[in-house]
Amino acid sequence: MSELRIEKVWKEYGDQIVLEDISLTVESRAFVALVGPSGCGKTTFLRMLLGQEQPTRGTILLDGEPLPPEPGPDRGVVFQRYSVFPHLTVLGNVLLGKEFTAARYRAKLFGAAKREAIEEARHLIAQVGLAGSEGKYPSQLSGGMQQRLALAQALIMKPKVLLLDEPFGALDPGIRAEIHTLMKRLWNETRMTVVMVTHDMREAFTLASRVIAFERRRDRPEEKIRYGASITSDISIWPPRLAGTPSVFSPDRDGPVAFPGQRQDDLASSGDKA
Amino acid sequence: MRWINTRPSKGAQLALVLLPFLLLVIAYAFGSAARLAENGNDKLLPTLSVLADAINRMAFVADPRTGAYLLWSDTSASLVRLLSGLGISTVIALVVGMLIGMLPYLRALLAPFVAVISMVPPLALLPVLFIVMGLGETSKITLIAIGVAPTMIRDLALKAIELPREQIVKAETLGASSWQIALRVVLPQVLPRLITCLRLQLGPAWLFLIAAEAISSDSGLGYRIFLVRRYLSMDIIFPYVVWITLLAVAMNYILDRISAAVFPWSVLEKPA
Repeated sequence: MSELRIEKVWKEYGDQIVLEDISLTVESRAFVALVGPSGCGKTTFLRMLLGQEQPTRGTILLDGEPLPPEPGPDRGVVFQRYSVFPHLTVLGNVLLGKEFTAARYRAKLFGAAKREAIEEARHLIAQVGLAGSEGKYPSQLSGGMQQRLALAQALIMKPKVLLLDEPFGALDPGIRAEIHTLMKRLWNETRMTVVMVTHDMREAFTLASRVIAFERRRDRPEEKIRYGASITSDISIWPPRLAGTPSVFSPDRDGPVAFPGQRQDDLASSGDKA
Repeated sequence: MRWINTRPSKGAQLALVLLPFLLLVIAYAFGSAARLAENGNDKLLPTLSVLADAINRMAFVADPRTGAYLLWSDTSASLVRLLSGLGISTVIALVVGMLIGMLPYLRALLAPFVAVISMVPPLALLPVLFIVMGLGETSKITLIAIGVAPTMIRDLALKAIELPREQIVKAETLGASSWQIALRVVLPQVLPRLITCLRLQLGPAWLFLIAAEAISSDSGLGYRIFLVRRYLSMDIIFPYVVWITLLAVAMNYILDRISAAVFPWSVLEKPA
C-alpha cells in the first residue's frame, strides 16, 4: 500500500503564497502527472512530498502516517540533473542504497552480503537496459542512460512512492520515447505510486493514469503575491490505466510493455562521450 | 588562418616549452661573463663552472666540520618541517572543512571565525610563536599550519557546500545517515579538491618555511641560504634556489599524478 493524502496544504515563502489549499488523494499504485506553467509550484509540491520542504499549513499523509520532515528511503526520487553520483560507477551507484541500509558505520558491504547485493543490482541494471555498462562512470554515459541509472538507483530501495522532477525534460525526443516505455514497464512491474512533474503535456498523457494541473487562478501582477496556485483540473485518463493490468481497450498503449531491445542511446563504444 | 586557431606541432611544443628556460640560462651566462670581464673578483653572478663546483661541494663532499653532506641534510630537515606542516593542515582542513560544509550549526559557529583567522598575516605571528613555543621545530611547523590551514578549510568547505543539493537529497532517499553521507558522498568528492588545494598551497608553505628557517634554525635550506648570504656566496644561493624550485615542482607533479590515479572520475568530468 502506498496511498498519499494531501490535506489542505499551503506553502508560503514569507509574504509570497506559492500554493494554496491543495487537497488531494493519490490512490495506491497510481501514476500522477503534475502539469502547469513555470513557477506555479509543481516542484515545490514535489519537494514537500519528498520531505525536502515542509508545508506552511496542512498535512501530508503516506498510508495514514504523517510524512517525516526529511527525505527517507520510503520515497525515491529522480531529478532532472545531478541524480547520480559522479564518483561512483554504474554498479556502485546502484549498490549504494543497499550499502547504506546494511552497513551502518562503514557503508560498505563485504563477502557474501556484497555478492548478493551485486547480484540484485546487476539484475536491476539489466532491467533498465544498462547491462554491460556496470563499470562506467556517469560522465561516460549519455543523458538518457544517466536517467536510467538514476531510476535503477532509486528502485533498489523498493520505495513506496517514486517522485520524478522533470526527469526526461533534458532528453531528446527519440530517447525520451524509449525511456517512456521503460518507465511504463517499471510502473507496471513494481508496487509503487509515481508522482511526476513535467512540462510536457504529451508525456503527461502518455504515461500517467491521472493528470493534475496546477495554476494560479488570479494572476494579475498586483494579485501575484497574495494568491498562490491551486489545482485547476484533475483528469483521470480514460480508458483507465491500472498498474499491472493491460487495458481492455488498447493493450498496446497502456499494457505492460515488452522489452524493446536495442535502444538509441546505448553507446556502441563509450568513453568518447565524456 | 586566425592566430587563435594555429597550434604548434609536438616538436614545436617541446621547443617552446624549453625556450624560456634556455633563454634564462643564456642571459645568466652573458650577464656573468660581462660582470666578470669588468671585475675578476665579482661574486654576484659566478660562472657556471663555479656554480657546478659549489654544487659538488655542498652535495657530494662531506662538510669538514660536521661530516654531513650539507645539501642533503638541509633538504631532509626542511622537508620534514614542510611535510609535517602540510600534513597537519591537510587533516585539520579535511575534518573542519567537511563539518563546516555539511552541518549548518557548525557552519554558523566556525565559518566566520575561520574567515577572520585566515586574514591574520601568519608571518606577523612568527615572533609570538617563537616566544611561546621556543625556537625548535614546533614553532616552524605551527607557522606553516597556521599559514596554510585556514585557506584550505575555506576551500574545502566551499566545495562541500557546492555539491548539488540533489545529491544529498538523493542519498537521504537511499536511507543514508549524516555520517554515511559524509563518508560515501561528500568525502570522496572533496578529496580531489583537497589535493588541488594542497598543490596551490605548496608555494605559501615554502614561503613560511624559509621565513622561519631564516630567522632561527641550525639546518634547512632556508637557513643555509640566509647563512651564506653573509659571505655573498651566490654560488651556493643560486643552486639552493633552483633546488627548492625543483622540489616544489616535483611535489606538485606527484600530487597531480596521485589525483589522476586515485580519482579517475575526477579527470573524466573535465571537458575534453
